[in-house]
Amino acid sequence: MITRRGFLLLGLTSTSALAQLPPNIEAVRKAAFEEAIRKVVGNAEVRQGRVKLDVPPLIDNGNTVPLSVEVESPMTAADHAKAIHVFTERNPQPYVLTAHLGPRSGRARVSTRARIADTGTVTAIAQMSDGSFWAHSVRVVVTLSACLEEGLI
Amino acid sequence: MSRVVVNVPAEAKRGEVIEIRTLAAHPMETGFRRTQLGELIPRDIIRSLVCTYNGVEVFRAELHPAIAANPLITFTTIATESGTLEFRWSGDNGYSASHRTAIKVV
Repeated sequence: MITRRGFLLLGLTSTSALAQLPPNIEAVRKAAFEEAIRKVVGNAEVRQGRVKLDVPPLIDNGNTVPLSVEVESPMTAADHAKAIHVFTERNPQPYVLTAHLGPRSGRARVSTRARIADTGTVTAIAQMSDGSFWAHSVRVVVTLSACLEEGLI
Repeated sequence: MSRVVVNVPAEAKRGEVIEIRTLAAHPMETGFRRTQLGELIPRDIIRSLVCTYNGVEVFRAELHPAIAANPLITFTTIATESGTLEFRWSGDNGYSASHRTAIKVV
């Protein structure tokens, strides 16, 4: 018997991964992603640079994606990275990790393993002690989504 | 039973930046998955990790369902003095785990 889910998965081979989601879900997740960033950043300007997000551009399995974030900062009491935030654009919730650092961190570097649901953007934002925000976004392609696992059994 | 693994160098030079790797055994259930019968599996995640160095907080992380199962978090700190590093994880359903590691600073 072919289930609806099985049928949709068959369709995946010929159409793009985006086609399986209704367009409003894409818009809803994008809005949630932007809202989450706005909550952290407020009205401050987010500049590009100083942050390096290291995540593989092609992900075979979205369930464990190694990612690391490094911020260029002297990490002194006067000038350090206060926090590192990581967001994904296409997960049901945009938050991945918030790490709070300080001058005792020595280096502003954090790494972990994340779940990424779908092809889209991953963004790392660093909050510096002077109140500025720096970001780096990487577009990743996910072949096996973190949220489809039970459908693939 | 909560099982955790922490990797800290046993000995470090004063002022050296040391890398700390932490791993906790936990399913990190997202709350978005369903069983074969269509019932939603309730969320069960670790929400935070705090690291204190001789009682002073040096690192804190907030985790979300988008962290993979068995969360691995790697970070750095400066070896300032000999003493104890304490790690505390806490999460949903009253989950809590802790681990202490001694470090010798020469």
